[in-house]
Formats: sequence, C-alpha cells, structure tokens
Amino acid sequence: MAEAPNYPVGSTTAGSIAVAAESTVATRMSAPPSFDVADFPVPHGREEEWRFTPLERLRGLHDGTAVATGTGVKVDVQAPEGVTVEAVGRDDARLGRAGTPVDRVAAQAYSAFEQAGVVSVPKETVLTEPIRIAVHGEGGVAFGHQIIELGAFAEAVVVIDHTGDAVLAANVDYLLGDGAKLTVVSVQDWDDKAVHVAQHNALVGRDASFKSVVVTFGGDVVRLHPRVSYAGTGGEAELFGLYFTDAGQHQEHRLLVDHNTPHCKSNVVYKGALQGDEAHAVWIGDVLIEAKAEGTDTYEMNRNLVLTDGARVDSVPNLEIETGEIVGAGHASATGRFDDEQLFYLMARGIPEYEARRLVVRGFFAELVQQIGIEDIEERLIARIEEELEASVA
Amino acid sequence: MATLEIRDLHVTVEADNATKEILKGVDLTVKQGETHAIMGPNGSGKSTLAYSLAGHPKYTITSGTVLLDGEDVLEMSVDERARAGLFLAMQYPVEVPGVSVSNFLRTSATAIRGEAPKLRTWVKEVKEAMQRLNMDPAFAERNVNEGFSGGEKKRHEILQLELLRPKVAILDETDSGLDVDALRVVSEGVNRVRETGEVGTLLITHYTRILRYIKPDQVHVFAGGRIAESGGPELADKLENEGYEAYVKGGASA
Repeated sequence: MAEAPNYPVGSTTAGSIAVAAESTVATRMSAPPSFDVADFPVPHGREEEWRFTPLERLRGLHDGTAVATGTGVKVDVQAPEGVTVEAVGRDDARLGRAGTPVDRVAAQAYSAFEQAGVVSVPKETVLTEPIRIAVHGEGGVAFGHQIIELGAFAEAVVVIDHTGDAVLAANVDYLLGDGAKLTVVSVQDWDDKAVHVAQHNALVGRDASFKSVVVTFGGDVVRLHPRVSYAGTGGEAELFGLYFTDAGQHQEHRLLVDHNTPHCKSNVVYKGALQGDEAHAVWIGDVLIEAKAEGTDTYEMNRNLVLTDGARVDSVPNLEIETGEIVGAGHASATGRFDDEQLFYLMARGIPEYEARRLVVRGFFAELVQQIGIEDIEERLIARIEEELEASVA
Repeated sequence: MATLEIRDLHVTVEADNATKEILKGVDLTVKQGETHAIMGPNGSGKSTLAYSLAGHPKYTITSGTVLLDGEDVLEMSVDERARAGLFLAMQYPVEVPGVSVSNFLRTSATAIRGEAPKLRTWVKEVKEAMQRLNMDPAFAERNVNEGFSGGEKKRHEILQLELLRPKVAILDETDSGLDVDALRVVSEGVNRVRETGEVGTLLITHYTRILRYIKPDQVHVFAGGRIAESGGPELADKLENEGYEAYVKGGASA
C-alpha cells in the first residue's frame, strides 16, 4: 500500500495556511474523552485543539463562567407521522452511545444540559418529508443535547436550522441502525453575535449510510466538531461542508472519521469562501484508519477561496494509517485567492465586476451544493451565497 | 468602419515608491481589417501599451486620448472597453479557480453580445472553434487557465478571440513560449479572424518569427516608450537582420 498522496496547500498573500502538522490523531487532544467537565482543565489556548480558537470570544463556555439562562434557545421540532419526538433525562440509555465529549466545551454541554431531545424513526420507516428542527437563539446561554435515532433500514432527512442570537454549547448524536440512511443538514445561519460550539457524533451501523451537510454562514464564533465512527462493516459516511466566513467571523470545523471497523467508506469535502478583515476559517480533517479496519476507503478534501485581503485560513488535513490492507486513502487541501488580476481578466472579457465575483464563487460552491440533494436547501444556499456577495460589493 | 485612434498617449506606473513614465507619447491609428505589428526590445513599453488600452488599474494615463469609433475609451471601465469591442489576448493569462472554461466563455459571450447565445448553436460554435485550434473537448470542463500549459493558455486566448469577434484585437506576445506547431495553430486562428476583415489587429511581439504566419500591413518599432519608426513589412526584415540596437540607443537618449 502506497503512502496516501499529500498535496501541499497553496499559499496566499491574504493570510497564512498551516500545512499538515506532524501530530497524530491520537495525540491531538490534550485530555482523554470524558462526560465530566471536571476531567478537562480550562484551556489556555496553546493546546493543539484550541490553538486556532479565540477563547476570549467564547463568552465563558470554556471556563465554566457561562451559566444557562432561562431564555437560551427555543427548539421546535416538526416531524412527519411515525416519528417519535421526546425529551428524556440523563438516565436514558441512548445518551452518549454515539460518542463521548472530546473537549471541555462538549463536556460542559454534557454536564450542564437538563433534558435531551430525542427524535426516533422506527425501523424500516422511510420518510418522504424531512424532519425539521429549528433552533432559535433568544439571546441567552444554553446547553443542549440532541439525539437522532434511526432504526434498522429506516431512511430520513433531518434539517437542523440555527438562527437568532445565542451562546450555545451542544452535543448532537446520530445513531444509525443497520442499513439505515440518514441525511442531516445542519445550517448555522446565526446573527452576528452568536457563539456556537458543538460536537456531532455519528455511529454508523452495519451497511448504513450517513450523509452530513454542514453549512455555516453566521455567528461570531462557530466551532463544530463532526465525528464519525462505525458500529459494523459496510458503513458509509459522506461529510460535506460549506462555509462563508465574513469580516470578523471565526468559523472552525474539526472533523474526525474513525475507521474502527473493516470495509467502511468515508468521503469528506469541505469548501469555504472568505471575505473581509479578520475573517478566519479553520478546517481540521482527521482520518484515523485503525489496525483492524482493513478494506477502508477514504478521501478528504478542503478547498478555500479567499476573496479579499485580510482573511485567514488554517487548513490541516491529517491522515493516520495503522494498516496497509486498505482500498484507498487520500487527502487534499488547497487555498486559492480571488485577486485583482483575476478580476481584470474576467472584466477584460466584458464581464462586469459583480458578475465576475459571482461567477467565481458560484462555480466554487456549485459542485458541492448539488451533492446535497434537497432542493429547497440548495436554493436557499445559493440565495444566501448571493446575499453574502452583495454585502461585500456594497 | 471601426477605428482605434491613439493620440499622444502618456502612461506612468508606480514602482518602488516612485512614479515612472513608461509611455511617452504614442500615436497610432488601427483601422478595421488592418494588421499592425508592434515590435521592440524588452522594456520598451509594448505590454504597457496593451494593458493601458485594456484598462489595467496598474497603469495611470497622464495625458493623451484613445478613441474607438470616436468614443473615449479612457473613460470606460475594463468591462465597458471589452463590450465596446476591444480585446486583449494576454501574454500571461490568469488562472480563475472554480470557473470552468465553458461557463466562462458563455458568460463572456453573453456580456459582449448583449444577450445569451442560444444554447444549441453556442455549443456547436464552441466545439467547432476548439476543433480548429486542435483543442481537446475535455478542455471546456477545466477551470480557466488552471494547470494549462503555455500553449494551452495561448490557444484559449485565441479561442476567445474567435468567439468574441472584437473590433480591435491586441495580441500581447501571443507567440512567446510557443513551439513551432503551436505557433502555427495559433497563427491560423488569428488569420481566420483577420480574414473576416472585421477586426483591426495590433500584434505585439519581440520576435519576427510570428510574422512569417501573420503578415502585417504595417510594422512599428517601439522604443523608449513611443513609436520610433514605422514602415511596411520590409521593416521587419531589417529588424531580423540588424536587431533593435540602433533603437535602444536612440530610445535611451530621447
């Protein structure tokens, strides 16, 4: 088995780009996973998992000073018939099954939530309409836990929509039974001041398919930690992400695919556009192929498009392979810059400036948007991207 | 008949915190159907002339006029100049990530023609133009200039020239970096456009080699930021034999 190709990231005059570090997935975290916030020291910012994050803007989620307020977020679940929606206490057996908090904020969320929301799709139930979960920030602090559970051979699409203003730390668990198919679209369309830190844990059953689409537009700080592991052979995970980072925003996506089971697949594609001063996007893509995970097929890619000066991207793909008996493994990361020369070139062909920018950004995202496969979400994303662009031209 | 009139054009550029005058009074008239070769040593200002006409923001026009059919080109933005009928085939075409050649060509043709070309005829038009330039159809799905070889970039420029049908085409060192085969293919493309009689061509080159394929009506020697001498095709032969030495000296003392 040949070494996976590692395409070095491109350079840009707009900011700096970190090339894949030598650290490994196993050594990346400064403390072992735990459900108890007390097991994690308060981060000081130099730890590997916190070094890109502006701790001072987390509004106390990381050091215990953030306390839940009555009016944190309002959660509204709309589910088609046949779906069970409930609120459960800490004794529910499904809690924590998909994964354990890996950093202090996730553990804080786990230690502080009062009731967990559970949405279950019974086995062999195939939904034709999406389940919609609206999480609306009411200006307060909240800690949440949400479980989405699909029985064997169930199929569902879930759209989780985050809007409004809040300081939110949460864990979201996806439990996929054997042969189940789940598509989750998580849209972070927060107001400017919101802070959102969340860990997503997917446990993919035997022959099950998990598709995650993470879309981040809003917020002051958004730091998401989508993680996947497999409960049986034949599982597939597709993790797509799209972000549009504006002036002053910090948007961080840290992924881990843990190939802990033989003959599973994963495909990760995250794309982001950045514009404006102090726009900061961070992408960490960790893939671990454990010694027992023979027959693994994995690929991960991150692409960034820097539209203006003053934006910064840190992109760190990291692939750790403990067995050579695999089908394929690779990763790629590249950051390109839309600059005055590109603008001149397009305009010299008669294309007006606004149209030129739109052309580049739409082209950049188009392929990814088409992968989502949910029409109203696709249209909304395109519209939202255009809005972001108009704001930049104005 | 379309005419590009350049009168007493002076252009400066900012470099190393100083303002440097590159063009020092260029006079030139290019009419539809004519081909003018502009030849000159490196650093004489040939490319500055090309980019100034297209409106590159790096260059500042300090005096002079440029009229296209009587319209003031210098008042127009870059895209307006292109829509008015100016085309610059660039020496170093720029990579545009995320934009496919096919999407780019169609967007550009829509802007230049004022309406979106009908899809069916457009696809055929592009396909045939690409075939004539010996371009692989898969080329259309690649991102603009991304990973293109030098020859591919130049073919792509000439493809645009053929599709956009400008009134005045400025070809900035289109021959540089091409092997003989590619030079021939690219020259044939330029000649197809010239043969329509609808384009005035400003062929900027350092070498006489391309003039074996593209026959100019007039040859101008560019030196010291202005046209030092003009003549017929025979002037190119003189340059071939004697080089630019005489002009470089003259330019320096001017």
